[in-house]
Formats: sequence, structure tokens, C-alpha cells
Amino acid sequence: MREADVIVIGGGLHGCSAALQLALRGRRVILLERRHIGRHSSGINAGGVRTLGRDLAELPLSLLGMALWQNIQELVGDDCGFVACGQIKVAESDQEMATLENRAGRLAQLGYDHEKLIGADELRRLVPSLSRHCVGAMLVASDGAADPYRTTHAFGARARAAGVEIEEGEAVIGLERQADHWIVVGDRGRYRAPLVVNAAGAWAGRLSAIAGDDFPLRTRASMMIVTERLPQFVTPVVGAVGRPLSFKQSASGTVLIGGGQQGRADLEQEQSWVNVVNLARSAQTATELFPQMRGVRIARSWCGIEAETPDRLPVLDFSPTVPGLIHVFGFSGHGFQLGPICGVAVADLATRGATQLPIRPFAATRFAEPALAAA
Amino acid sequence: MFQKLPETADAVLVHVEGRAIRVPAGATAAAAALIAGLVSTRTSPATNEPRAPYCMMGVCFECLLVIDDEPSQQGCMVTVRPGMRINQQHGARQP
Amino acid sequence: MSGPFDLVVIGGGPAGMAAAVQARQLGLSVALIDEQPAPGGQIYRGVDRAEAQGRAAALGADYCHGLSLTQAFRASGATEFFSHQVWQVEPDGRVFVTDGKASQLIEGRRVLVAVGAMERPVAIPGWTIPGVMTVGAAQILHKTIGILPDQGVWIAGSGPLMLYYAAEVVAAGGRVAGILDTASHANLSTFRSHATGALRGWRYLAKGMGYLARLRLAGIRHVKGVEAVEAVGDSQLEGVRWRVGGQWSEAIATGLLLHEGVIPNTHMTSALGCSHDWNEAQRCFQPRTDEFGATDVEAIFVAGDCGGIGGARVAACRGRLAALGVAAALGRIDTSERDRLAKPVRAEYGEHDAVRGLLDALFAPRAELLSPADDVIVCRCEGVSAGRIREAVSLGCRGPNQMKAFTRCGMGPCQGRMCGPTVTGVLADALGVPPAEVGRFRIRPPLKPLSLGELASLADIERAG
Repeated sequence: MREADVIVIGGGLHGCSAALQLALRGRRVILLERRHIGRHSSGINAGGVRTLGRDLAELPLSLLGMALWQNIQELVGDDCGFVACGQIKVAESDQEMATLENRAGRLAQLGYDHEKLIGADELRRLVPSLSRHCVGAMLVASDGAADPYRTTHAFGARARAAGVEIEEGEAVIGLERQADHWIVVGDRGRYRAPLVVNAAGAWAGRLSAIAGDDFPLRTRASMMIVTERLPQFVTPVVGAVGRPLSFKQSASGTVLIGGGQQGRADLEQEQSWVNVVNLARSAQTATELFPQMRGVRIARSWCGIEAETPDRLPVLDFSPTVPGLIHVFGFSGHGFQLGPICGVAVADLATRGATQLPIRPFAATRFAEPALAAA
Repeated sequence: MFQKLPETADAVLVHVEGRAIRVPAGATAAAAALIAGLVSTRTSPATNEPRAPYCMMGVCFECLLVIDDEPSQQGCMVTVRPGMRINQQHGARQP
Repeated sequence: MSGPFDLVVIGGGPAGMAAAVQARQLGLSVALIDEQPAPGGQIYRGVDRAEAQGRAAALGADYCHGLSLTQAFRASGATEFFSHQVWQVEPDGRVFVTDGKASQLIEGRRVLVAVGAMERPVAIPGWTIPGVMTVGAAQILHKTIGILPDQGVWIAGSGPLMLYYAAEVVAAGGRVAGILDTASHANLSTFRSHATGALRGWRYLAKGMGYLARLRLAGIRHVKGVEAVEAVGDSQLEGVRWRVGGQWSEAIATGLLLHEGVIPNTHMTSALGCSHDWNEAQRCFQPRTDEFGATDVEAIFVAGDCGGIGGARVAACRGRLAALGVAAALGRIDTSERDRLAKPVRAEYGEHDAVRGLLDALFAPRAELLSPADDVIVCRCEGVSAGRIREAVSLGCRGPNQMKAFTRCGMGPCQGRMCGPTVTGVLADALGVPPAEVGRFRIRPPLKPLSLGELASLADIERAG
């Protein structure tokens, strides 16, 4: 039986980030990962480092998180491929532009000034290859993108260097609360700790259920396309107001097209399948916004498996039913940028029982009866 | 690398790197490039090395050529047409 | 949308054509799709053109056998989709194709994957230098437009195809500089343990002896017992080096044609999620099928070399068996009728397959091919060497799919076709586990590098439909 102060379950970005922060505070941490670090959505997402367009509930945490990204080299000893190339959300009609204007007004009321409205001329200058039908956009110049696998791997490596024992190929098959500690049963070993962190991604719902918590989670299978290499022609990451899109050119020249078109996933088999008809819609969006992309060849496509909550906000909180359990999951397709800062929040909860970070909207009780949620 | 061919009656006129040559009808663009004496069909965008066709059957993707201004064409999968313009692809395609 | 057809055949080589002909004879509706402009696959490539140009006879009796098969196919009434590339096959029988401009959906109640074989990637030092090609590539050029290698071209490798090609060149009045034969010396024990096969397959062996005799007669240099081959040159091939009995030799070369056997093209069956087994004798993966070519994905059948290397005559038999299996699965014939019709096909299959065991033993690939030296390029598209792959293993990488993230190996346009076998080989060697345990690349659509525009056109069809 191996002992630790904290057992983190899940070797994605959130698990590695939490493990790292805990180790930096002197805690003995064991991280259990069923496959390998970054195997699932953490390693294969669009890599958007984005505050732009976030739900207002996520915005404060996301903005605080940018400081960590800007100093990521210091934190994990790797620049993670992070580039502050900017993110834009394009309006394809006057109606969509009005939506952006409404949001700009709302943010201004709340005291935020990071999102900037830009008109057609400036949009043309910023992204010359964008179709002429686009009327304007919202821009956050300090947002950007990073390499998701490299980032997750770097957090894992830094966590190891800080003393975290990472067990890959170790699936959790049992979880039992005994008096003041947990017994975690893995494929290969048994572990004991007073505290467990549930960072199991799309499988966090299953893990919660074993522990005694029930969350209304759905499984998402968002698809991505990557193209052949092209000479550099687009700088910011491009999204669209009216349809799913994430369009980004990597340092190697390939273009990554995502945005949320859905394939199909099977949690039990840990497999996902691309839906080519939905993928065609992704391709259509990309070629309508960037017409010269029509002849560009697709190198491959893939699907990631993620959990989605009913309000599409994560759960970052203590378990409402069982002591010594912290949940950090349910990022619903936009958890990458939040990875570094959520690790700090989890470490706060674990070491001090509370955090100053703005995580109240992510309470675990909010899916229960209204009376409880309001408490 | 290959012997010069006697010209056949159904030869097709194509332009390889701007040079007009006649190749047998039924030849692929990659074959035309080899017949024209091109040493390489492209430079790899990943390694900057010159590359030439390896398999001639659509598996290796080394024969990526610009054919009639359309980049990233697998030359071994395209049959020559009269007047076809066949050019090397240098590095990443130009969109 | 086309169909639904009873049977959609992917691949117009001997297996696909034979299956189409047999299925049509049983009254099934059949579509056949091939990316080439005409039937024949690779082995019978360009056969009707060669016939029309009067070149077919010179290419040998086997090739002409292909001609009769293509004629039977053309007369069968199958719906033809030539010059169409398949970019996705769904387990429910939907096949997505492109003609180069737009996508189309072809539906089948059953799909027969008959996409044939590919040359085993010959990862030797310098194999990416312009001027290095496969023997198969040179053979395609010969079959389709009749061109021959010049006298400065060397051939290196092992296997019946290599000897066949060299003999073909000589028969057509050409010469090559020499043959570097990497086959381990045939020994008595190999013949002994495959004696029955050798006897039943004597026609194949006689053919092989015939090729060797022709080469000897023409005075073509044939270096045996070659342990290693290297291509030399900078931006262009300049020479070839080889090692026999520990000694290196070198020669100038204007071209180098490599061949180390063929392996099943498992790209499509992998994408479909069919189970694959490791064939130790041939050192390759092949899909798991029953005797009629049914895979463990209900609507998907397999025939021909993509299901396991057997050659053209065996492929045609398997095609016919698959058609019988499909007809029974669809209830067009009952199983006793199926088995009755299968009997003569199995007998013919047995005749042509008899020599396989011996051939596999004689021409087994060398270990270095499956796990080359550090400085050898494994992933041509992305320029990843065997050493990089081993380094990734030392950093914790445990499988081919993880390897993509570590090194970009397998992320280029060929989608892992050229590097897959070698990556599995290097990993198996480095980790000390069998290839079946290492696994293979996960394959996703599109199966060929479709353009965004071709993919987008599908959205229009689905909207209209």
C-alpha cells in the first residue's frame, strides 16, 4: 500500500496542474493515469488559450489565468508553444455584429476592457485572407494558442520533477472512504491518502459515482481537422459568432480546424469516431470564411472525448456528500486555458480548505435542488 | 534513370517545368516528370530535402506536384492530358 | 447518393474483379470503385491499354490472364466508378468517394475491401534520395508505358517480384547494372520443411528458376548473401554500397530499385475497426477473416492481398469466395449452395497457395528492415529517424499513437502508410514486446488527403438529401 497526502486521479492537464501545485506546496502526491499523460482531450484539443467570449461566470478566473500563461516557461520550464497571437470572433452579418456590440456593452458595465470591437477595415488588415462578407469582430490581442500535448506533458514532467509520483497505465477500479482516509484501488497497486482529487475528464462522472456523488454529465466528442502545411498566412486564432469554428495556423504551417462539430464517443471503450457529415460542416465553415482554403488537403481528422455539464461550466469544488474529495472536471470543451489556474485553486482547497480564486459559480451543489444550490 | 523511349503514335504534349515534351498517352504526371529528366518532384516542407517518386502507386506521397496551377497533386494518380503543365512543388503549397 | 447496391467492391484488381463477376453471376447488384482509370489493380495495371498497343504478350502469360479477367469484369454489368478515391468507409456500408472535385456517397449492403498490397517500406540509409524507387514502381512504368531502366540502375532486395522484374527487363531487351540479393541462402532444411508445398507449387518454382536462368544467360551480375544496402548521394542518387561477409563494396548508380516483399494494405480495414493479427511468417499485420473473407465487422468483407499475401491467382479465388459469402449473408443463396459453389474455388486456391509457405521462408525480411539503425529515416513525410523514435521510447513513449505526439511520426500526407510497419518494428524491438502488443496507428478519415472543398461538398449533399 502506497501512502500520500493527496491522490490525483487523471493525467490530463487539470490533473497534472493540480498535482504540480500541490507538490510545490510540499505535499506528497501520487497521480494515477489509466493510459498516459495527455492521452485524451488534454493532448489533442485545439490549444486555444482564450479569454475571449467566455461565459461571464468563467471570465474572472480565466483572466487571472492568463498571467500564468504569460509566465509558463517559469512555471513548467517549457514555453509549451504558447504564442500570444490574439483571438478573434468574427461577425458574418450585421445581426451578429449587434450581438458582439451587446456583449461589449455588458462587459464595459462590469468593468472589463480586454475584449475590443473591430470593424471591417481593421478586420481586413488583421486577417487579409478572411472572406469579404465578414463585417467585424471581437478581438483579444493578448489571447493566443499553445501546443496541447506539449503543455500537458510539460506539466506532467514538472510535477514529476517536483516529487509527484506519476503512475501511468494505472486505472482506478475502486475507491473507498475509511474513517479519515481513502483507499484507492488501481489495476496494479493500492494507495492511501486523506485527500483525493477527481480530475478524470470525461470519466469524472463515473469516478464521482463510485465515491457517492451524482452529476448530470454528457459526453462530448468534438472533432478536429488538420491540413497539410501552408506558408504562414493567418496570425490570430479565428472563431465565428454564428457557427462552430476554431481556425488556427500552427508554427509548422498546418491549419487546425475545430470548433465543436460532434463525432461519437464510447466512454466504456475509450474510443471515439469521426462523423464525416458533421465534419463536412466544419470544412464548409472554414472554406466559406477562408475561400482560398478550398483546395487545401486534409492530413487527418480526429475526435476528443470530454464531459459536458448542463450549464457548460466546470465543477471545481469539494464533494457535497463525502469528505476529502475535490472535483475538478466538466470543462465542456473550453478547459485548456483554465488548466494552469485551476491547479492553483485545487491546491488552495486541498491545503487551506478554501480559495480566494473566483470559483463560486463552479459549485458542486448547483445541480441539486434549487434550495440547496442557492445556499 | 530510365531509357529514352521511342515516340509512340499516341504521344501527348505536356510541359514539365516549362519544357515541352511528348510522353505516351496513359502516362501519369509523375512518369512524365521522370521521362523529362526531373531529378526531384518536390522539396519536402518538413525537411527541405529534394524528394522524388518512390512507389508510383499512391502510397508514398513523394510525387506531390503542382499540376495546371493546382498544388499538392499526387502526380502518380493523374493521367496526362494534352497541354498539361507539370511543375515541382517547393516546400509548403501556396494557397 | 448511389445505391444501395448489394455489394460495393473497393479495388479493381484480381480479387475485386473476380468478386464482382461472381456476384453478378448470382444476380447481386454490384458497384466497383477504383482510384485508377481502368481495371487491373497493380498487378494487371494497364492491361487493356497494353493489349490495345500490342504490348501485352511481351509482358508474359500471367499478365495476359489478367486481360481475360478484365474482359469478364467489363461484361459483367457491374456499375463502374473508376478514377474515384475512397476517403471513408463506415461499418454500416456507406462508402464516401471523390472524383477529385466533389464527394459522393455510395451505399452497399456489404462492402468488399480488395485494395491489395503495398511494397514493404525498405528503410535503408539513403532511401529518401531522389533516384531510389521500388521495383514495383519501375514495374508500373514498364507495364503502363513500356519504359525500361538504364544500364546504371541497380536492383536490391529479395523476393520473387524482384527476380521477375529483372527477368522482364532482360526479356524486353534491357539491362541493369546488377542485382544485390538480400535473401538468406536457401538451404536444404527450408526446402525439406516445405517439401509438400514445393512439390505442389512446382510451376511457381520452375518459373523462378526460369527467371534466374534468364538473368544468368544475360550476364547480369547477381550478388548473393547481401547483408546490408545503402543508397549514396546528396540531392540525387550517386551510388550504392553493399556488404557481403562483412566486406563493403560500392558502385556508381543512376537508379536504385528496392524490393523486400509486399505486405497487405491494412489502412482501410484498420480504419473500419476490423481486428488484425500479426502474421509471423510474413512479418506483417493482416485483418482477421473467416474462409469467405468475412471480418469481425458485419458488413465488411476482405479479399485478395490486403487480407494476406497470396498473389494474383489466390486473390481471384478469394474474391470469388467473398462473393459467395456475401450472397449467402444476404440470403440470395443458402449455405449449402454457397459451399457447393465454393468447392472448385477452394481446390484452385489450394493449387496456387501451395508454394506460399516455402516462399515466405525463403524470402523472410531481414531484422534490420523491421528495426533499422538510428540514422535511418523511418517517417519520410516528417523526416523522423529510428533514433528519434528510440529516444521517444526512453522518454516514456510506449506506442505508435503516442509516438505521433512525441515526434510527429505518422502525421504527414501518407498518414502512416510508409512508416507504420517500421514504427511498430522499432517499438517492438525497443520495448521487447511482440508487434501485436505494440499495436499500430489509429487510422481516421479521410483515408486519402481530401481537400477541404471536396469534404465540404458533402454537407451540400446531406442538406439536399
